[in-house]
Amino acid sequence: MAEVLVVVEASGGTVKKVSLEMLTMARALGTPSAVVFGDAAGLADKLGEFGAEKVYVASGDDVESYLVAPKATVLAQLVKDVQPAAVLLGSTQEGKEIAGRLAVKLDNGVLTDVSALEPDGTATQVIFAGSAIVKSKILGGIPIVTVRPNSLTPVAAPVTPAVSNLDVAVGDADRLAKVVERVAEAKGARPELTEASIVVSGGRGVGSAENFKLVEELADLLGAAVGASRAATDSGFYPHAFQVGQTGKTVSPQLYVALGISGAIQHRAGMQTSKTIVAVNKDAEAPIFELADFGVVGDLFQVVPQAAEEIRKRK
Amino acid sequence: MKIVVLVKQVPDSGAERNLRAEDNTVDRASANNVINEMDEYALEEALRIQEAHGGSTVTVLTMGPERATESIRKALSMGPDGAVHVLDDALSGTDALGTSKVLAAALKRLEPDLVLCGAESTDARGQVLPHMLAERLGVAALTGARKLTVDGSQLTIERQTEEGYEVVTAATPAIVSVWDTINEPRYPSFKGIMAAKKKPVETLTLADLGVSADEAGWAGALTTVASHAKRPPRSAGVKVTDDGEGGTKLVEFLVSEKFV
Ligand SMILES: Cc1cc2nc3c(=O)[nH]c(=O)nc-3n(C[C@H](O)[C@H](O)[C@H](O)COP(=O)(O)OP(=O)(O)OC[C@H]3O[C@@H](n4cnc5c(N)ncnc54)[C@H](O)[C@@H]3O)c2cc1C
Repeated sequence: MAEVLVVVEASGGTVKKVSLEMLTMARALGTPSAVVFGDAAGLADKLGEFGAEKVYVASGDDVESYLVAPKATVLAQLVKDVQPAAVLLGSTQEGKEIAGRLAVKLDNGVLTDVSALEPDGTATQVIFAGSAIVKSKILGGIPIVTVRPNSLTPVAAPVTPAVSNLDVAVGDADRLAKVVERVAEAKGARPELTEASIVVSGGRGVGSAENFKLVEELADLLGAAVGASRAATDSGFYPHAFQVGQTGKTVSPQLYVALGISGAIQHRAGMQTSKTIVAVNKDAEAPIFELADFGVVGDLFQVVPQAAEEIRKRK
Repeated sequence: MKIVVLVKQVPDSGAERNLRAEDNTVDRASANNVINEMDEYALEEALRIQEAHGGSTVTVLTMGPERATESIRKALSMGPDGAVHVLDDALSGTDALGTSKVLAAALKRLEPDLVLCGAESTDARGQVLPHMLAERLGVAALTGARKLTVDGSQLTIERQTEEGYEVVTAATPAIVSVWDTINEPRYPSFKGIMAAKKKPVETLTLADLGVSADEAGWAGALTTVASHAKRPPRSAGVKVTDDGEGGTKLVEFLVSEKFV
């Protein structure tokens, strides 16, 4: 069976869940091979656990100090060398950007935000704020797709991967956008927004940055990530990195809790595919209730502390 | 500095959007068509650079059907000097890769120092175009900027990452894509709206750009949408009004669903 290349997303020496999802997806299409950019130490075991027969590693200053161009060059060479059945990348900013360059280099179509990929290359995408599902296909060429996180459940299939280093041969045109500084911001112990199985989000109704502690408290009791509506991030209640929606993150958790969020179409765009939705809003007519599996019409400053207390009691 | 801003007309993301039954393309006829919101931030950034650096020009570049003219005029009313509209019946059905081919050809002709665009469009949300263009043109792409500084020919952006943020630099010519965190776009003034009517809009066909018709449109597309369906709307579940026990009831629901 042909190899399926999975471009690994990792952070702080740990493989991100979307990579394990992609390896799981890849196994239905061929033999998964992981591609790691940067330091692979500590990643190979995890990748093997989810079925990566091979782990290709490209590291060094050229791949790590510039925006995506060198990665795309290395990946394009690997595609030429191994003739994979497909290339899967995470549907993240970087994943999409590498995919875009790769598509041009190989003159091959590209599909983004894919939630399922059939062995015949048919891809499923949820579009337009979660209101429509399309089946798309790449004509000729191989599927180059970016996979939306939380689209499937990763399933282990342990193998011992063969790790090999790739030659990094990039030209000056790949070294035009230089990363001169990387600033890590304290993230705390919460799970990452796009990968979390529970997300608790606050909107304008939360009222202030100070009050977001309530949202965080409920999130921590549930082991959840914290999200925010655009009204909340624009008002400075919570950092932009946590915005959910059309111009923020797309999340697809098992449970989404919306606190003081009206449910505008652009917010729904980022959370509509959540498995279960719970909302607290004082306006009984708020559109968020149209999609909530469980809604409480009430003041979040009453409801949320009581819920937190109740969870503590039950623990 | 010669600045080109890429502007795409999209169906309003705040209203219902549909695909057409006959060819699975975006139904533009029934939609409220607007400037892709993120592109307004690119326009604003271009105008601010122009204001800060004398002798700069700002040109809008759009590829799209006849009706995109409305969005071009709207963009011009914010203040750019003129626009180029790539308009050709053969463009219908063009995918992302094809779009990058056509726009790259137009940019080669315009020879800008700086190309600004939105980080993604609200209809396709691909985020692939800026890097596709950079790859074709052999210029730098600084993408997803929440801050841009121009110092002569040196560009520096700050962009948000999963871990925090990074600072990236490049020299012009370059493409910079921006998120909506970068600025607050201005509203067109009445004077701006009147002036926009007289600003030059050059129309270019595929032939003008030296792109053959089979490299774009349906003929050139390397991706196809085979079918589409409405996602069944979510149905509302239980709604309780807080009677002093709302929080407890919420937790009971979470327990019944095994989240607690
Ligand atoms: C192109 C574009 C992109 C956009 N992208 C996004 C995006 O990515 N994400 C996003 O979220 N939005 C986005 N928006 C904005 C979106 O249209 C809404 O304006 C936004 O989602 C509203 O946020 P909100 O629900 O927090 O605020 P509001 O709509 O103001 O709702 C606040 C809600 O809180 C409730 N409330 C107030 N006080 C309380 C209380 N004490 N207890 C309980 N409930 C209370 C109110 O009843 C109300 O329903 C976008 C808009 C555009 C045009």
